[in-house]
Amino acid sequence: MIDDLTIEDVIETFSLFDDWEDKYRYVIELGRMLPPFPEGARTDENKVRGCTSQVWILPHLSDENPPRFYFDGDSDAHIVKGLVAITMLIYSGKTPKEAIEIDARAILDQIGLSEHLTPSRSNGLFSMVTRIREMATEANEQA
Amino acid sequence: MTYDVEKIRSDFPILSEKVHGKRLAFLDTGASAQKPSVVTDTIASLYNKTYANIHRGVYKFSQHSTDAYEAVREKVRGLLNAKFSHECIFVRGATEGINLVAQSYGRAFLNEGDEVILTTLEHHSNIVPWQMLRDEKNIVIKVVPITDDGQVDMDAYKKLLSPRTKFVSIIHVSNAIGTIVPVKEMTALAHEVGAKVLIDGCQAVPHMAVDVQDLDADFYVFSGHKIYGPTGIGVVYGKEELLNAMPPWQGGGDMIASVTFEETIYNELPHKFEAGTPDIAGGIGLGAAIDYVLDIGFDEIEAYEEELLAYATKELTSINSLRIIGTAKEKAGIISFVLEGIHPHDLGTILDQEGVAIRTGHHCTQPIMDRYEVHGTSRASLGIYNTKQDIDQLVAGIRKAQSIFG
Repeated sequence: MIDDLTIEDVIETFSLFDDWEDKYRYVIELGRMLPPFPEGARTDENKVRGCTSQVWILPHLSDENPPRFYFDGDSDAHIVKGLVAITMLIYSGKTPKEAIEIDARAILDQIGLSEHLTPSRSNGLFSMVTRIREMATEANEQA
Repeated sequence: MTYDVEKIRSDFPILSEKVHGKRLAFLDTGASAQKPSVVTDTIASLYNKTYANIHRGVYKFSQHSTDAYEAVREKVRGLLNAKFSHECIFVRGATEGINLVAQSYGRAFLNEGDEVILTTLEHHSNIVPWQMLRDEKNIVIKVVPITDDGQVDMDAYKKLLSPRTKFVSIIHVSNAIGTIVPVKEMTALAHEVGAKVLIDGCQAVPHMAVDVQDLDADFYVFSGHKIYGPTGIGVVYGKEELLNAMPPWQGGGDMIASVTFEETIYNELPHKFEAGTPDIAGGIGLGAAIDYVLDIGFDEIEAYEEELLAYATKELTSINSLRIIGTAKEKAGIISFVLEGIHPHDLGTILDQEGVAIRTGHHCTQPIMDRYEVHGTSRASLGIYNTKQDIDQLVAGIRKAQSIFG
């Protein structure tokens, strides 16, 4: 399961690949490791805007002090679902303050996937990161 | 004359660019065509040597730019076989053209309860302007369904036509699934009930000879960038008497004869509809593109693209679990398809790595996607520069994707 992995593990695994096919196969595998998305949460509110694929994300803030982010996420496209999994690993377990400080693009750059994090890719990943950052900012202000 | 596709390819420098280290197979001309160097050279030469604002200065460069820009209007007239060049209005693109007609003709001549007929095949840009008009004027929008193969259901169309029908706005060639719509027949039927007709020719003009007089179209719109010209320029053709009867849409410079704070006298056609400094370079670039395409010739283009479409259809059909959406008998070079178990977005991503550029998604035609009960499709669209090698590269890419997702 995805919970057994950290973003550091994923970055390390990606560093072993030198061709794009292996890289994408691993992205797809990461997507398949996501737990099933709660069907009741498949609402418009939890849907992230993207033109060619659909992305759903359901964030939870834990009761810890300070609270930490955990997520459910899904997409109807395999590669995008894998990217959702990576994004969740980047932000999972982080406090709102930590989440704001994370440079998701730099991490995806390191993996060699940052091309997916441009507004024009319309795959919802950009909107997903934007939404997480908004929620983190909000939670941080309330804290 | 034989069709020299290699010569044509050499006119498009971008086609030699590598993508992810691979040969580029550009199969997204339906979204926007690539530009031959004669178009980019013309624009560069204008800016570097003779550029000035048009319709204003008495000095040499202004006159030169004015002459060059107005000469394009004549080229457009020839392209569409319009009666007069002043029936060809320059706009930003087909979208603006349809908005112009909906806002100017529609506001002036359509009233509460009047019916506007569209088809399921329409691009969003031929739906939304009419919905905006509906919300303003309480007109009624009727939609002609399509048959399973993606052709307009002519029986249903005939049933929808009535004395209440005041306007019919239809796509000439479907951007999403390639169907060539029988617009001539539909126009004649619309005229029988006294309705006016707009034809959206975006995907027709790059592929076939269009004759607005033969079609008897009241309005015909297209975008320059889809016929190998620059972005930001397009055309609305309208019959002279209609354009003269219509009020101006946007106000500003160039569209006036005289202005005082009490009253403005509007300029004559075509300037009445061209407020402000236009896309001068875009227009002149479009002229170069029209010359280029006409020089190859539409008979040759049509024959070549038809053969390539047949080849692509045959090759794609040979792939397991691939379903072509849109199988009308009359089709232009656009093939939409879905693959069982592979999302279009995933396919597009894998194909990109293989140097193949296609469009994935709903193609701004959500009603068609709903009709076929799919979220989106993958679409390969052909241009004058495509070859069987491009198709082979696409097919190999699809097979690779199947091995990755299988």
